[in-house]
Amino acid sequence: MGMAKRFLALLLALGLTSLVADAGAQTVVGVTATEIKVGNTNPYSGPASAYGTIGKAIGAYFKKVNDEGGVNGRKINYITYDDGYAPPKTVEMVRKLVEQDQVALLFQTLGTPPNSAIHRYMNQQKTPHLFVATGATKWNDPKNFPWTMGFQPNYQTEGRVYAAHMLKNTPDAKVGILYQNDDYGKDYLKGFEDALTEAGKKNLIVLRQSYEVTDPTIDSQIVNLKNSGATVFFNITIPKFAVQAIKKASDIGWKPVHYLNNVSSSLSTVLKPAGLEASKGLITALYMKEVTDPKWRNDKGFLDWVAWMKKYYPEGALDDQANGYAYNVAILMTHVLKQCGNDLSRENIMRQAASIKDLELPLLIPGIKVNTSATDFAPIEQEQLARFDGEKWAEFGEIFDAFRKQ
Amino acid sequence: MASEAGGTTKTAASADAVTAPSRGALSTRPLVMGALVVVLLVAVSLPFTMSNFRLFQFTQVLIYAIALLGLNMLTGYNGQFSLGHGAFYAIGAYTTAIMMDRWDIGYGWTIPVAGVLCLIVGFLFGWPALRLEGLYLALATFSLALAVPQILKYFEHWTGGSQGIVLTKPKAPFGLRLSEDQWLYWLTLAVTIVLFVLAYNLLHGRTGRAIVAIRDNHIAAEAMGVDNALYKSVVFGVSAAYTGVAGALSAVAIAFVAPDSFNVFLSITLLTGIVIGGLATISGAIYGALFIQFVPNWAQDISKAAPWAIFGLFLIVFMYVMPYGIAGFLRLLWIRAQRSAVIRGRPVRQ
Amino acid sequence: MDIFIQQVVSGLATGGIYASLALALVMIYQATHVVNFAQGEMAMFSTYLAWSLLQVGLPYWITFFATVVIAFVGGLLIERVVIRPVEGKPILTIVIVTLGLLVILNSVAGWIYSYIQKPFPSPFPSKPIQMGNIFFGAHDVGEISVTLIVLLLLFLFFRYTPLGLAMRAAAQNPVSSRLCGIRVSWMLGLGWGLAAAFGAIAGMMVAPIVFLDPNMMGGIQLYAFAAATVGGFTSPLGAVVGGLLVGVTENLVGTYVSFIGTELKLTVALSMIIIVLLVRPTGLFGRTTVRRV
Repeated sequence: MGMAKRFLALLLALGLTSLVADAGAQTVVGVTATEIKVGNTNPYSGPASAYGTIGKAIGAYFKKVNDEGGVNGRKINYITYDDGYAPPKTVEMVRKLVEQDQVALLFQTLGTPPNSAIHRYMNQQKTPHLFVATGATKWNDPKNFPWTMGFQPNYQTEGRVYAAHMLKNTPDAKVGILYQNDDYGKDYLKGFEDALTEAGKKNLIVLRQSYEVTDPTIDSQIVNLKNSGATVFFNITIPKFAVQAIKKASDIGWKPVHYLNNVSSSLSTVLKPAGLEASKGLITALYMKEVTDPKWRNDKGFLDWVAWMKKYYPEGALDDQANGYAYNVAILMTHVLKQCGNDLSRENIMRQAASIKDLELPLLIPGIKVNTSATDFAPIEQEQLARFDGEKWAEFGEIFDAFRKQ
Repeated sequence: MASEAGGTTKTAASADAVTAPSRGALSTRPLVMGALVVVLLVAVSLPFTMSNFRLFQFTQVLIYAIALLGLNMLTGYNGQFSLGHGAFYAIGAYTTAIMMDRWDIGYGWTIPVAGVLCLIVGFLFGWPALRLEGLYLALATFSLALAVPQILKYFEHWTGGSQGIVLTKPKAPFGLRLSEDQWLYWLTLAVTIVLFVLAYNLLHGRTGRAIVAIRDNHIAAEAMGVDNALYKSVVFGVSAAYTGVAGALSAVAIAFVAPDSFNVFLSITLLTGIVIGGLATISGAIYGALFIQFVPNWAQDISKAAPWAIFGLFLIVFMYVMPYGIAGFLRLLWIRAQRSAVIRGRPVRQ
Repeated sequence: MDIFIQQVVSGLATGGIYASLALALVMIYQATHVVNFAQGEMAMFSTYLAWSLLQVGLPYWITFFATVVIAFVGGLLIERVVIRPVEGKPILTIVIVTLGLLVILNSVAGWIYSYIQKPFPSPFPSKPIQMGNIFFGAHDVGEISVTLIVLLLLFLFFRYTPLGLAMRAAAQNPVSSRLCGIRVSWMLGLGWGLAAAFGAIAGMMVAPIVFLDPNMMGGIQLYAFAAATVGGFTSPLGAVVGGLLVGVTENLVGTYVSFIGTELKLTVALSMIIIVLLVRPTGLFGRTTVRRV
């Protein structure tokens, strides 16, 4: 009798422990029945702090999602830390998110050096490193880094778009380039130069001038560029310097064919201060609707964005393109989480992120869609050339699709 | 300037209190030794009790401590203000990165190489710096620190330019079942202990007294036979070597180097560390390192909106309450305790 | 030749920016023998206050003078409240306090005004002045003129007014000054107030060019330190000359020395400092102090 009882007790105990063990095995990192933990680092301080609004806006969007019931019944617990754009700090904060806070995934970590610092780590930890906020080319490498995915069209592609246009329209031009002396500037430069080299036309470049973010002005560089006799100007500058470049070029009477990188395509931040007249004729490649372009005034996507900004992120600037960018990418992330249904394991999150087909986002230019696959970790690869006509960005030509070009 | 004169004599007093054997009152030696043993035991045992992430943070603390000790040697003990030690940190880090990545040299060998290279560079920099006094030396070194990111970006072929260099974090050797963080922590701890012992011997011997004498009254020191030029340049070199070793270790621990990690803010952080920790003290290096590693994180926890404002507040309040740094403050407490023991006529051990 | 002149002109314009902040740095150093790391941030914060006043609708010149006064009072208060507790402490302790101030001002500005850049108006016309083939920005000319006027006022103040003399005495020899009846503490406060006022002027002159954002003065302050070092921290004239020199040399080297080009412009400017210091350790116009043993 005793033996049987003991044996039953043992069975019961084993059964109970296996149940508990099973329940343990079912718990997924960063996910409970009521929440999903999403981690992020952003430069809220330091030289890149202007981009910190993206991290804040994303939080504001997730708040809207949570207010409307969350994702499949789970609220998004968004944890974001300041890394000051310093890679050592990024490493520390990301390790905190992954090892201490136990987030399910990392989303929109910002900056090329910060992301480079955590690239290997995220893949070693087999944690989704999604929709990183940088235009560098290296995030589209599913074979070697299956857990990392980019988001925006990369800078090299954009550089190629301008080179292609230039070669077609002004094949004998003399090219002058102004670039920011860091990874962002050099990436654009590489794309442009590579395209020219492939066409055997690298010698068209007559002068390259660089600047540091800490420089107060770039007037000297513009003077040199004009003096080099350049008839085409590839302007790789952030808004602050783009204004100076456009204004100075106009002031000293230099009127080249002017390609402006998309980073500085904002009407209110760049073109207006530089002078709408002086900005006439500027060419850029867009993928997003520019939020201060009067063209979108009555567009549904734009109006939805404004409504969300007013309700959930009133302290955010309505003329800051970064806030539109954040809106787009937060919607994308929410979509991916929704697609996971009840399986929020890291593998499934990655799988869903890599199977997006023709998704439209409210602030993408009509015709440009999000596409990913197991071999394509670049969600947005299309760009649209546009010319500034004194009032708005007027699109011309067809949508350039980097993916199809491969 | 009254402030400067008063400052130097007071820090001289704190240095003297270290160099001169304690006379009378409570005997410090056994207590200090005891405290040291306890601290060492705790430090060595951390990998058994802490998570990998925390170990990573404490490894960073040790690395900062080495760098701060180096800077303190130059600025605290020798009175040469340097606002450019981030440059030596960068040289150390890139030496390791280039050797590991381009020439496949084991990380262990890169650390002494980084140290020696920085020793030479520091000495060479120290020689012309002899002509500069106080403020101007600070600004010349400041300029050096400012130029570093640009120079690193320029020599792209070696340094990888703005993209930086990605390294592989080393695994524990001999197949030991340790995580990378545990191994790196113990390695860093070993290096820290060796460097601290070396520094202690250096600073508490004749060399140390000469160095401090130069700071307090270099004319008198010269008159007494101390070769100012030689000592000042050598201290610059040794100080740079320490900071270079710290940089090398940090490259291994973080497994990534990029020019923007070594901007002028790093040099300012190091200076902050030694002042908060306590100028002209060895223990100050540890206190300072703990401060610069953890207080910014606490500030973030306190206020998401303006964390650096909280940090700035911390800095200012610290300086009000402990103008001679944490080590200086503790020393003050200790002296007061000794004095009150004497006043109350308690029997004291020799 | 044209390009040379144009680059010199551009260099003078940029140098003028460095010079205006360098003046404030030297001002504080002369009055208090403290290097104020928060000078740039104080200037930035004052400019934001000006921006707020403009938003409310005040006309430009009223805002300008109001801001200068507010900055003066602010600087005075900062010295009395923040720096006073560490007066007399080791020099590095005071430096750390100014660093704390830097960080607080930057963070609070970002919190109140956000980090997005804002345009700031210039009182000068925006059309460039053209002389032959050379273009002068009207604002650049205006800005250098303002800097020179401030320099002149400063010179007159220190040389020919009793208050200026009292301030110099208080900085050089506080003990003797007290014996002469000079309220040394208040002199220090005044020094900070004046420096803050100059910083505000610098900020308002610079913001139209570099756009108003919390990190606006960061880069400029670095160059301003360089300028003050080259010119000598004890000489306001040196600060201005130093600034102009740094700006012009940077541009000329960047233009003419092709292997250096623009990627090492900053390094060149900084090497300049080191070279000047090696030849004249207290800066071009600095006074060497003789110490008696």
